[in-house]
Amino acid sequence: MSLEQFKNRNVGTQNYKTLDVGKTPETGMAQFVQVAKRTFKGELFVGLGVTMKAMLKALFANDMHTVKYPFEKLPISPRYRAIHDMLRLLESGNYRCIGCGLCEKICISNCISMDTRYDEEQRKEVSEYTINFGRCIFCGYCAEVCPELAIVHGPRYENASEQRAGFSLFEDMLTPIDKLNLQQEYDGFGAVSPNADENIKQTPLAY
Amino acid sequence: METTLVETLPQVTVTGVIIKAVIILAVLSALAGFGTFIERKVLAFMQRRLGPMHVGPYGLLQIAADGIKLFTKEDIIPQNANKLIFMIAPVITAATAFIALAAVPVFPDFTVPEFIPLLGGTFVPSIASDLNIGVLFVLGMMAAGLYGPLLAGMSQANKWGIIGAARTAIQFLSYEVVTGLSILAPIMLVGSLSFVDFNDYQAGGIGSWLIWQQPVAFILFLIAGFAETNRTPFDLLEHEAEVVSGYATEYSGMRWGMFFIGEYANMITVAVIASVVFLGGYDAEGALGWLFIMAKIAFFFFLMLWVRASWPHIRPDQLMWLCWKVLMPIAMINIVITALVMMV
Repeated sequence: MSLEQFKNRNVGTQNYKTLDVGKTPETGMAQFVQVAKRTFKGELFVGLGVTMKAMLKALFANDMHTVKYPFEKLPISPRYRAIHDMLRLLESGNYRCIGCGLCEKICISNCISMDTRYDEEQRKEVSEYTINFGRCIFCGYCAEVCPELAIVHGPRYENASEQRAGFSLFEDMLTPIDKLNLQQEYDGFGAVSPNADENIKQTPLAY
Repeated sequence: METTLVETLPQVTVTGVIIKAVIILAVLSALAGFGTFIERKVLAFMQRRLGPMHVGPYGLLQIAADGIKLFTKEDIIPQNANKLIFMIAPVITAATAFIALAAVPVFPDFTVPEFIPLLGGTFVPSIASDLNIGVLFVLGMMAAGLYGPLLAGMSQANKWGIIGAARTAIQFLSYEVVTGLSILAPIMLVGSLSFVDFNDYQAGGIGSWLIWQQPVAFILFLIAGFAETNRTPFDLLEHEAEVVSGYATEYSGMRWGMFFIGEYANMITVAVIASVVFLGGYDAEGALGWLFIMAKIAFFFFLMLWVRASWPHIRPDQLMWLCWKVLMPIAMINIVITALVMMV
């Protein structure tokens, strides 16, 4: 798309279609004919029919558009970027985070802060992990950069909380261990694309 | 003929009239409250919504919740308002709406069964006071009810209120002529101003309903009735999109609620008049008569909601154009033709 059409400031001459509303009647007789035509056209009753049909469908065909919001929720796109989730490995139940610190590094609003240490088996473990949601702009870079799909964006878009720390600690965002079987894989930014297998070229081994 | 009528009819006593008044008041204020619920539900269904759902089963107790809210709200009187008139105006609307019902036959007459103590055997007339000028009285009372919005709008020191009051005046002047003239033709046919005579005139089943003899008058009266009750094609007085709330802008709590009750009582009154004058009224014996008149009133009530969900409203100048240049001439022609047919 070129810039040309945005620079055209002559608004009102392009891309407008005039509706065919007919001619304004000039003589008295023509006015009378128009009034009579409009009076007996029955368009008002068409309108009544439309609403009656809508009501009957709403009552008997269950064609209701209301979502009782706190009790029912509309499904959101998998690419929606709401409060973060920390995922676990399905087999062992350990958290996926390997403490690499990429998310902390890439965060453009500087709201992720983490601290790691070596545990007794000399593996990295996360000792501190918080996201300051007062600063977070939900850009999705952390989820995109994460090599393990450990930090992802979850579906929790209701951000009201009694305390500021309500969902910003690692434990709050981590999938509860007893709900591991309910853990949803993330489809948004950084996730493996559905046709990833087709895109992988086999490594030539016969060197 | 008059003497035979008096002999056959039972004595109308004070107790009977009081019972009738209580029945009308109780049934109609309950219906007016229930009407708000029905209106919200019907409008919701026509817009594919659910309407009130949470207070009670299917939101049935929403009326109670609204009532509690209205009664407990602070009664605010604006600083520069004319206090006395501001306080009286809602009472005028509500009171005239119910006074008008005194001369309207809402249910058929009946005799209280003997086994009920104290009141047993009392004859309850179909009409609280069978005035020989019933139609005039009701129309006059409903017209007087328009003083409510008029005074309310002018007393509240608010420009939206003033516009609402001005619109009340033009609407009042415009449709009142049509109401009177449209109902004049049936009056000529029946030869009486009493609603009971209207009802008796159409006692011969559906074929004798006045709507078949006076279809034009019926439609004219219906249109004027919509204007009379400030219903949607003619709700100029308080149209939110244009004048915030019109005459009711500064009202809150139960004073606002009284306007509301008055409007719904007026809707029912117009529905009753339309069914008694044009659709035969309670033209069956006993319980069936009650059922028939209720069904007819319900139909007109539903029609008002249905129209509100379907049609846009018109501008004040269009209302005046419609009333003075279209409806009034048609009403006049209708009267002349009726008179000619009656003479020949």
